[in-house]
Amino acid sequence: MRPFLERLREGDILIADGAMGTMLFEKGVKLGMCPESLNLSRPEILEEIAALYFDAGAEIIQTNTFGGSAVKLADYGLDDKVEDINSVAVVHIRKVVGDGAYISGSCGPSGKILQPLGDADPDQLSESFRKQVKALIEAGVDLLCIETMTDLQEAVLAVEAARTVNAKIPIMATMTFEPTPTGFFTMMGISVPEAAEGLSAAGANVLGSNCGNGIENMIKIAQEFKSVTSLPLLIQANAGIPVSKEGKSVYPETPEFFAEKVPALLDAGVSIIGGCCGTTPEHIRSIRKAVNAYK
Amino acid sequence: MDILVKISEFLQQGNHEKISQLTNTAISEKISPKEILENGLIAGMNIVGDRFKKHEIFLPEVLLAAKAMHAGMELLKPLLIKEGIPSIGRVVLGTVQGDLHDIGKNLVGIMLKGAGFEVIDLGKGVSPEKFIEVAQKEEASIIGMSALLTTTMPVMKEVVNLLKEKELDGSIKTIIGGAPVSEEYARQIGADAYAYDAAKAVETVKLLTEVN
Repeated sequence: MRPFLERLREGDILIADGAMGTMLFEKGVKLGMCPESLNLSRPEILEEIAALYFDAGAEIIQTNTFGGSAVKLADYGLDDKVEDINSVAVVHIRKVVGDGAYISGSCGPSGKILQPLGDADPDQLSESFRKQVKALIEAGVDLLCIETMTDLQEAVLAVEAARTVNAKIPIMATMTFEPTPTGFFTMMGISVPEAAEGLSAAGANVLGSNCGNGIENMIKIAQEFKSVTSLPLLIQANAGIPVSKEGKSVYPETPEFFAEKVPALLDAGVSIIGGCCGTTPEHIRSIRKAVNAYK
Repeated sequence: MDILVKISEFLQQGNHEKISQLTNTAISEKISPKEILENGLIAGMNIVGDRFKKHEIFLPEVLLAAKAMHAGMELLKPLLIKEGIPSIGRVVLGTVQGDLHDIGKNLVGIMLKGAGFEVIDLGKGVSPEKFIEVAQKEEASIIGMSALLTTTMPVMKEVVNLLKEKELDGSIKTIIGGAPVSEEYARQIGADAYAYDAAKAVETVKLLTEVN
């Protein structure tokens, strides 16, 4: 497999996978369970999901480690299992994809608010991310994805923690923006230019956005990123905002709808497209087709 | 400038030191604690809530204002209790069992306190029985529930059903919120209200407590 960053430099468009969380729930993750604890109890599920996305045409498969930082796992009393949970996640994907896809180590937010606004200690969060990233890298991830961040300080801290573990590993860093009357901002009030500046200074190689309010907003977010950075861009949209249908919560944006928006994302200069909450292997298959047709 | 206007303005800026200082001054000037609370602190917090709703400010500004509010409340609380002034309502709040996402719920708590409600925050992963037990014990008139996961939403229904079973649904109202929750879902499970964000939650809780 050619090095990831080299392919991006040469202008390749890469497809990432879709949702993990919503797929896990379909496969029987229960109420109150730590989604990452499945890595230890039912690792075969990781292989099933990886195979579904790999077959759909994804070249970047994410690990089931979104909540795999020490601080987050401590919510479930699993903070002594950081190494196991993170490394198992990588090993099982590798079994499925071999060197046919890049494995991306997912690192989500701590769920805490940093001092002085909240009570989280920055050193403790750094250490928590460092532990997770170390386990992911030792198990053989090809890249890292620090995602769904809303606080720039925490995102920067995570990117820097990852950089101290390994100077060379490609780091993708994405934040979640909401539309407001005055433009896109994260819940913590971070604009796209602020995110771009902070994350690239911290050492991220790929910038972008994930989660959020559906794929149409992502086109505008990508355009805004493109106007302020020359780094490659990653977009992983939710399949819209869930709506309630017959008592079940459903994500409204279809694979076809996603495919329709792919050309606009590519026009905006996006290098990597995948999905977030509510997207399925069908969404990824659809994106793959649309990307191939665009070329 | 009127000291209460000053309190409101420094609260909006999230300056908790100034708020402590000014609240003490206002108390020593014999302004009634109720007036300091309503025309100073709550007046300021209402503006913060309104600007947050309009996306003019974001979570950090709200959190700072809440800290300042808290600083003022610490000084006023003993006086309010001494004068026997009741709070405008008591709310039991929590993220439902199985769900550990609490940023949204915390924000609702901050804004409710800011509006003058007494908030009993049960934290995250709260069981239906716990919600009701505490609401009864503390004589709260509102139970506020939050869920981020589609899989934990049904716990809200359990709380609503349990209240009906115990014939408490007249005295304790329910309000729900969280990313996957909707107005329609609230109707389906028989919750009294839904709020799509923290500012709306405050408005709605005000309405619910007025009805009582």
